[in-house]
Amino acid sequence: MRRAARWTAVGPYVLGVAGILTALVAWELFSAFGRVSQHHLPPPSVVIPTFLKNFTFTHFWLTVGQTMWAWFLGLAIATLGGLAVGLLIGSSSFLRAATHTTVEFLRPIPAVGLIPLAALLFGPRIGAELLIVVYGCFWIVMIQVMYGITDIDKVADDTVRTLRMTWLQRVRHLVLPTLLPYLMTGIRLAATVALILAISSELIVGTPGIGRAVAQAQLNDNPPAMIALILTSGLLGILVNLIFRFIERKVLFWHSSVRSEVAA
Amino acid sequence: MIVLKRLGMWLGLPVILIGIWWAATAQGTNFFVPKPDKLATTFISVWFSEKFFTDVVPSMGRLLISLAVSLVLGVALGIAIGLSRTLRWLLEPLLEFIRAVPSTILIPVLLLLIGINDTMKITVIVLGCLWPVLLNTIEGVRSLDEVLKNTALVYRLRGFDRIRYLVLPGASPLIMAGIRHSLAVGLILLVVSEMFASTDGIGYSIINFQNRIAIPEMWSGIFLLGIIGVLLSVVFQAIQKRVLGWYYGLKEASNDG
Repeated sequence: MRRAARWTAVGPYVLGVAGILTALVAWELFSAFGRVSQHHLPPPSVVIPTFLKNFTFTHFWLTVGQTMWAWFLGLAIATLGGLAVGLLIGSSSFLRAATHTTVEFLRPIPAVGLIPLAALLFGPRIGAELLIVVYGCFWIVMIQVMYGITDIDKVADDTVRTLRMTWLQRVRHLVLPTLLPYLMTGIRLAATVALILAISSELIVGTPGIGRAVAQAQLNDNPPAMIALILTSGLLGILVNLIFRFIERKVLFWHSSVRSEVAA
Repeated sequence: MIVLKRLGMWLGLPVILIGIWWAATAQGTNFFVPKPDKLATTFISVWFSEKFFTDVVPSMGRLLISLAVSLVLGVALGIAIGLSRTLRWLLEPLLEFIRAVPSTILIPVLLLLIGINDTMKITVIVLGCLWPVLLNTIEGVRSLDEVLKNTALVYRLRGFDRIRYLVLPGASPLIMAGIRHSLAVGLILLVVSEMFASTDGIGYSIINFQNRIAIPEMWSGIFLLGIIGVLLSVVFQAIQKRVLGWYYGLKEASNDG
């Protein structure tokens, strides 16, 4: 019985590490004996030293910084814009109905479709990257905010009115608590998308950052550098995810979705 | 009257916006923004030509094949991983990492490994679309209703029957949510992979128009992407309504009762 309990505690870690190690070994073997050229798919024994050595170069940190700065700026603008427009449209059923067709047409346009336009307007500068990131993330945040506003409890709203709360009190005690979980979900989803869009526009337009570094490594025929950068981007993706989960837990510590997670 | 009002709601804002767009571009010769009527005629002359068969059809083919592959792989792997705790523990950190890699960055590597062809693009799209389906399937299988699970046990549903009548239907609401996400991701990856390295397709056409500074043509391509996006979501919603009809009915019934 005790042994079983201990296995549930350590099992995920032991097997998780085993899974990653197995994948690395498989990659090493595939690179050596597979049907691909070893030059184009270097084994982890070559890539991982490159990956680690990168951390000592200022140039590398600059590249990562450029990507993350564009990511942060784009996400911030999209969040503020999405929040403002979402609040405006969400609080009026007339506006919701009137904007429905327009939103439903503009929203599915993939933001990467705007890459050529951004390239023409800004050239390979951060403006191009921001245009794409903001366009892609704006809708995500806006839609979540609209859901949040329409989810306000009718009875609670009537209670607020009966208690004659001021506008500020209504926002503080009713609107914000309802809206916040939706807003956080929106920002968390947008954060992942923003990273993909930032890197895509760097790849194609050539705005400075990880995406451009990968494209350059490909042109320079340097596969180890390329794959090391891809590993870095995966790490960044995980980091972004962890940060937002952390913020969500801190901001929404009172919300049932977080509380049940802690209890379980 | 109601019909008229609804029509006004539907078309009001788009008409106003196009009107503003028209007024803003009517007299001026803004280099970057074409007039709406110019865009409309360009759209028809560019895309209702042989270009429809040489660019739009190949793009859509790639997208649909990739989505089908991701769906089959994602659901099959998801059920296997979701049902086995050992597999889940073994693969979770690995999957968590691979999923975190922004999939467009894989395009240059796959270009080297596979070359500029359809297999490369399909691989890229599958590598992006697989995760939403896979992770949602795992989640769906894990959150199967306990009562249903026990019922299946009592009825001795095993093997294929258990998957067909218990696991798949139980996980289907989450699987459909995953597919919906995959659609958006797939369109992004299709366009980027065609922009980065291709000889045909919608993404290739748009970037080609940009290089030739053919502004109205470029806009017409962006417009086409919007139409495809809307069409995909309409078709998906129709399918979802059919597939999950029983689920919505059930939810409504339990809400009423």
